[in-house]
Amino acid sequence: MLIAATIAILVVMIMAIVRGIMGPTLYDRILAVNMFGTKTVLLISLLGFVMGRPEFLDIAIVYALINFISVIGVLHYSDASIFKRSDQQKK
Amino acid sequence: MDTLINISSALFLLLGSFLCVSGGVGILRFPDFYTRMHAVGVTETLATAMILIGLMLQNPDGLVVLKLMIILLMTLFISPTASHALASAAVHNNLMPELDKKEDNEKETSSNS
Amino acid sequence: MVAIAIVRMKDLFAVIMLSGIYGLLSASFFVAMDAVDVAFTEASVGAGISTLLMLVAITMTGRSENPTRHKPVLALAVVIVTGSLLIYGTLDMPYFGLAQDPVHLHVAPRYINDSMQEVGVPNIVTSVLASYRAFDTLGEVVVIFTAGMGVLALLSVVRRPRDIARDIAKIDSLNKSMHEEHLILRIVVKILIPFILLFALYVQFHGDFGPGGGFQAGVIFAAAIILYAMLFGMSTARRVINQSFIQLFAAIGVLLYGSVGVISLLNGKNFLDYSVLSDDPIAGQHLGILLIELGVGITVASVMVIIFFNFACRKDDQQNIENNES
Repeated sequence: MLIAATIAILVVMIMAIVRGIMGPTLYDRILAVNMFGTKTVLLISLLGFVMGRPEFLDIAIVYALINFISVIGVLHYSDASIFKRSDQQKK
Repeated sequence: MDTLINISSALFLLLGSFLCVSGGVGILRFPDFYTRMHAVGVTETLATAMILIGLMLQNPDGLVVLKLMIILLMTLFISPTASHALASAAVHNNLMPELDKKEDNEKETSSNS
Repeated sequence: MVAIAIVRMKDLFAVIMLSGIYGLLSASFFVAMDAVDVAFTEASVGAGISTLLMLVAITMTGRSENPTRHKPVLALAVVIVTGSLLIYGTLDMPYFGLAQDPVHLHVAPRYINDSMQEVGVPNIVTSVLASYRAFDTLGEVVVIFTAGMGVLALLSVVRRPRDIARDIAKIDSLNKSMHEEHLILRIVVKILIPFILLFALYVQFHGDFGPGGGFQAGVIFAAAIILYAMLFGMSTARRVINQSFIQLFAAIGVLLYGSVGVISLLNGKNFLDYSVLSDDPIAGQHLGILLIELGVGITVASVMVIIFFNFACRKDDQQNIENNES
């Protein structure tokens, strides 16, 4: 059962990469990378159980946080800056 | 009792992976960015919750259950927030969702008459 | 394949995302090879902080690479000659992974067999890094510190009282507008940041028993501070994190590490030999490992924060100057 879930998550990660390569706009690609990251968290937890090493859960927690911070960083520093428009509105 | 835990854990894992795969199919097949984001955002949080509860039932040891619960809580906080940030960034940068043109015409005719 | 794509693409933004994915693939290789500590470090540093710092860097340089104006033939020749010399040098070494290698006959069994009695820490990676090879780790910490010094020397901007007053005014306007936009993001992040800091402390002190240690903890701590600075604005972050304090902390970390070694010297044993730090040698080892991991964590966190603030404040100051001139 665990192995079936692992294979399912691997399939979904490949789908996310395909969308990341194909996606016409920038936001599609950011969405694909975000999804890839959360599926990686699940994959690491499952692999930890399959291989019998519960220490992998620390890596899963760290990667969930890093994924979130990276998505917000990318949104902030790309052309899609969510702070630009508020500055223009103040002017 | 033991087999009941095993069966329910397998059920949660199965449900979670089914939701995950359906979210993956959604991100490939939906026409617009906003629809894709809706598919991903909804299914990924729920699938994570299901799979983590299934894993918690597999190994009811103290520290492992605590860590899994921490991952679950954090995902419940983080995933919807990231979707919100992405959507608001897209709207601010003028990526509008596609609306169906027939519905607009029908609304105009119904409001006129 | 990902590396070839990174080299060939000209759009730097896509290059950064690809290098994030590359770091993540390396981390998954390490997970598949059952190396937990290395996977931890690679996931946090390679896929996390490097992506963030490179993103901040390209706000200063621009998004696409300048086309090269000449064909770098001489550079290619030098690289090929050096590479072939290196490969020729490694032909003499024993094959990778053979059971008769000196590494596997003498070095590894000594560490694996004797680590528990001599050092008393369950995590062998930590005991090798922090006790058997502590001098190498001192070199790594000094390298990180030097990188921070380099960034400070090249990019640091002197803050005048006028800038500080402008910061205070900006914070007031930001606080007023907080009710408008990004309300959800700011509230959620306010809840999450103490938890991330607490988790960094957990990783720091749990390095003896599970994966973790100073490097990873420092990186997570710096990531939390970067998140705060990104969402609440650079002015608020500069007031919260006092710049001179952070520079002092970076130096304190390296000093802590070095002074542990010097205390061992003063007590009559070798440099960085922890047995003399307390009556019982094993307790001495524990104390020594605790102190140097603390030093490593403090230095890594401070240097990452220094680098981020120096990159990001330049952009902010440039925008302020543009706003004042227009």
